[in-house]
Amino acid sequence: MALLSIEHLSKSFTLHRVGRRIQGCEDVSFSIQPGEFVGITGRSGSGKSTILRCIWRTNLPEAGRILYDSERFGLVDLCTATQRQMLYLRAYELGYVSQFLSALPRQTAYEIVLKSALEAFGVDDRAHAEAETERMLRHFDLDEELWELYPRTFSGGEKLRLNIAAAMIKRPRLLLLDEPTASLDDASKLKVRELIEQLKDQGTTMLGIFHDLAFMEGLCDHEFNMQQGVLA
Amino acid sequence: MSASTQLADGVRDARPFGADEEPCLSVRHLSKRFGAGCPHCLAPDAKLERNVCPVCGTVHAVRDANLDVYPAEIVGIVGESGSGKSTLMKCLYFDERATEGEVRVAPYDGGAANVLEASPQHKRRIRNTVFGMVYQNPYLGLRMDFSSLSNIAEQMIAAGSRQVGAMRDRGEELLERVNIPLSRAKDAPRLFSGGMQQRVQIAKALSNNPPILLLDEVTTGLDLSVQAAVLDLIQQIRRDFDVSMLVVSHDLGVIRMLADRTLVMLDGRIIESGLTDQILEDPQHSYTQQLVYSLL
Repeated sequence: MALLSIEHLSKSFTLHRVGRRIQGCEDVSFSIQPGEFVGITGRSGSGKSTILRCIWRTNLPEAGRILYDSERFGLVDLCTATQRQMLYLRAYELGYVSQFLSALPRQTAYEIVLKSALEAFGVDDRAHAEAETERMLRHFDLDEELWELYPRTFSGGEKLRLNIAAAMIKRPRLLLLDEPTASLDDASKLKVRELIEQLKDQGTTMLGIFHDLAFMEGLCDHEFNMQQGVLA
Repeated sequence: MSASTQLADGVRDARPFGADEEPCLSVRHLSKRFGAGCPHCLAPDAKLERNVCPVCGTVHAVRDANLDVYPAEIVGIVGESGSGKSTLMKCLYFDERATEGEVRVAPYDGGAANVLEASPQHKRRIRNTVFGMVYQNPYLGLRMDFSSLSNIAEQMIAAGSRQVGAMRDRGEELLERVNIPLSRAKDAPRLFSGGMQQRVQIAKALSNNPPILLLDEVTTGLDLSVQAAVLDLIQQIRRDFDVSMLVVSHDLGVIRMLADRTLVMLDGRIIESGLTDQILEDPQHSYTQQLVYSLL
């Protein structure tokens, strides 16, 4: 059974100020089996991110279904799941990594990952959460001298690795990667690729979007190309 | 489709949220009118000028508000001045008498009874033990000439405490928790800065361990670094006390930082609700879009 099955998903944005509708994605259907890595490519503005944002509910889906096989809720349509269900799934089952770090201000790199760990393991298991946090930060090659700093001064690659560490420490069943390599240099891109390969070996199911075709080479089980909101 | 019905029998997660969970605060059809109303404005779908009846002049401050707050979550209410968000909070805390509607809180009668119809004694008890209130204006929440410790003791006495030693211990513990040095515990809040006064208010609101905190524009008017300290404190309290919060602010930045879910109010009505990042990234209503575009 597919872990995620998207059926006829459509999403447009109504901009009241200018009285216009902008198409995000249109009639998108595909599915992902457990352990697979599915990649979507396409030019920027083609609507790739909209699909990921609909799964994560940052965008409100308009039509279609996003059937997700949840550990907690069984088969659930993410288009109609309640807000509380989405909060649960975000906390315990789904992961989302973008090129932008979306952390609260005035939190150190260590606190960001620890917060994620405490959410996953529970506040009563602080020792375990702290040990995992250190392991994760080391695993993603974040220098120990960075741990106590606020990440707003980090480089793009460091922010991204921090992002992935915070998402991965929860061991999500489905990891969404929203152009994680955009704005990275080649060495950092390679590092991310290695990480994704490791995650794949560990059995993590992933859906990633990239505009960098070369980056996807040999990585994906399935690959789709998106043009003007439609999956090719 | 109700996904919660598909839960396997007997499966209980250690973290029971999202499925078959009960809200700790539930508001249905809550309205507050200033004025008697008339056949024109009491009709369903009445046309008002903003929230004022053009025929009789009645102000419809809150119109048919529905919302749920679940354990340990922060729900934000955002909207411009006069949109009804503070009036809604005041109705919940019985500072204003709601015109109609139902409010249920889990600790009172297991959430079965409408607290708006509770006796005055019961309302006082709910006010003192179920809710903690923090006002924008600390003069509303604190006795400015009493010491900070006495302010906390007063709240505990209202909830039935009589042991002076226990109240002093609790007061010192709470003041320490909100970073008020104990050397100032006997000073009156009148002598404190705005940020310190808000922190004493928060300590006072927490004194009886209420499951629900109501925060009404608590950082408005504070300068940025002081605002940051109060916001950080609210985050810590949420993490350490497992308390639910209803946070009213006209500042989307505050809402973005604190709230899991957000309601948008306009002219007394809740016009939109969603996960906070969805409200900010994909606002549906034209007013919400305008609000989000105004965010710095």
